[in-house]
Amino acid sequence: MNFQSAVFFVLAAVLVLSALRVITARNSVHAALFLVLSFASAAGLWLLLHAEFLAITLILVYVGAVMVLFLFVIMMLDINVDRLREGFWNILPIALPVAVLLLGVMGATLMGPYFGLSVRPPPPEAAEGYSNTRAIGMVLYTEYLYPFELAAVILLVAIVAAIALTLRARKNTRSIDPSVQVAATREGRVRLVSMPSEKKGVSAPPPETAPAETPQQPK
Amino acid sequence: MEFFENLLGPAWPVVWTLVKILAIVLPITICVAFLTLAERKVIGYMQLRIGPNRVMAFGMGWTAGLAQPFADVFKLIFKEIIVPTGSNRFLFLIAPTLSIMPALAAWAVLPFGPETVLADIDASLLYVLALTSMGVYGVIVAGWASNSKYAFLGAMRSAAQIVSYEIAMGFALVGVLMVSGTLNLGGIVDAQKGSGFWSWNLLPLLPLFLVYFIAGVAETNRAPFDVAEGESEIVAGFHVEYSGTAFAVFFLAEYANMILISALASLMFLGGWLPPVQVDSLASIPVVGLLFGPGAHWLFLKIAFLLFCFLWLRATFPRYRYDQIMRLGWKVFIPLTLVWIMVVGVAMMDPVRTWPPFSWWF
Repeated sequence: MNFQSAVFFVLAAVLVLSALRVITARNSVHAALFLVLSFASAAGLWLLLHAEFLAITLILVYVGAVMVLFLFVIMMLDINVDRLREGFWNILPIALPVAVLLLGVMGATLMGPYFGLSVRPPPPEAAEGYSNTRAIGMVLYTEYLYPFELAAVILLVAIVAAIALTLRARKNTRSIDPSVQVAATREGRVRLVSMPSEKKGVSAPPPETAPAETPQQPK
Repeated sequence: MEFFENLLGPAWPVVWTLVKILAIVLPITICVAFLTLAERKVIGYMQLRIGPNRVMAFGMGWTAGLAQPFADVFKLIFKEIIVPTGSNRFLFLIAPTLSIMPALAAWAVLPFGPETVLADIDASLLYVLALTSMGVYGVIVAGWASNSKYAFLGAMRSAAQIVSYEIAMGFALVGVLMVSGTLNLGGIVDAQKGSGFWSWNLLPLLPLFLVYFIAGVAETNRAPFDVAEGESEIVAGFHVEYSGTAFAVFFLAEYANMILISALASLMFLGGWLPPVQVDSLASIPVVGLLFGPGAHWLFLKIAFLLFCFLWLRATFPRYRYDQIMRLGWKVFIPLTLVWIMVVGVAMMDPVRTWPPFSWWF
């Protein structure tokens, strides 16, 4: 067993275990963090396959952005684990066939004639100066340009739709327009009035009278 | 070196790589220590104070103030680490590690000169972007595991802020990528070679440089974007429950990230190790000429200047209000970068590229 297969087995073990913990962890924040761990080990496996662009993108997009937002939402939710578990036995009759079906589909695909060491031999050694990133870019922007652009537009539509569905223009909102604030000048806010410090022609107030009573001196 | 190579045999590559890693990490740690001192001194002078000037090394008067970082470090090391009640112990203790790991690991691909780099990988720009995006986990996990409302508020603010500014940061890097045609940081510096500062990416990509640097300030949670810590609002934000070494590690990570952002900005926009003015007659003088030619000292000088800008910003601006931070990120920076990417794209097209202002750069 050489070094690379040792790394592979370690990463694969971490990936499988953390993926298992994603669905078995009682605390949803822990589950999300285990999902992050499994993404990281999957990225490591891709690095072993010399797919460095995919590996880095997996970290960048899923670990760096998607899971952060996931955690953001999960942490703010007040999840009662017991309430979630209440309906377990009621849902089981429906959930079990679905799970079995999914497992069957996955098994049929993975065990089928499309995968396996005999069908998919290891890729040939890359030539000197071969850049994975460049190769993906070349294919993506020539051969698969239309699907790529279509996917981008669909994502954009999804973003716009999500915002349009949830945006409510409230009338009584007290939000402040920052550009108005930034554009505020001193002249618009403060009016300097020139006032003499004392009025002319009015006699000065009478001098304060001495206190009427002086404290009695003890005799 | 060959003696060691023979002595250690197959373990040699591992040992040699470890030595190189230490040669990068130790100077960074020392830089962080003195950056804290520089921060207090610079801000002190900007506010007409003197700053730390008491702690001296071995009673030598001229070092007065210089030993302050070491005093701070020893104080923190000997403090007790308190794990709050009801906190998640494992996550609480692993959070500082999560924040220091990406800050240091990103240095692996940073070149200090042509060929002077620990790992010369093709997609080093993407690698740096991926690692810096992981730094937010330390903040989020710390805030959640502390079981404290202040820490949690800080973590939520920080998560939203970092995710927002990362988009603008990524778009700024797209502009750099377009003009240099490579993802390798060394290649990006090489593409800026030519006639001194005129051929750096600074001038053609000036808006992107500003966006990148300001987004960098926001990503490191520094003032004026320090709502994640916001001393006057939420005590100390995500690390309010941390003490002793665990707090020191967060501190180290923040400053290491500052140095990293400055280093990246100087590599991508300020020509890295290239001198600002290329004078061949000066560069050919035997020993002194090395100072005028390209070299790591230019890179360090640029990093130092950008770090000074970090401190300068902190001493100058009041803290942004939270909605204004979001507005700046989403409504100002992202449209600005998108427009400038279009401008660069048009300027690189064939007939336009040959016209005077663009023919100097593209």
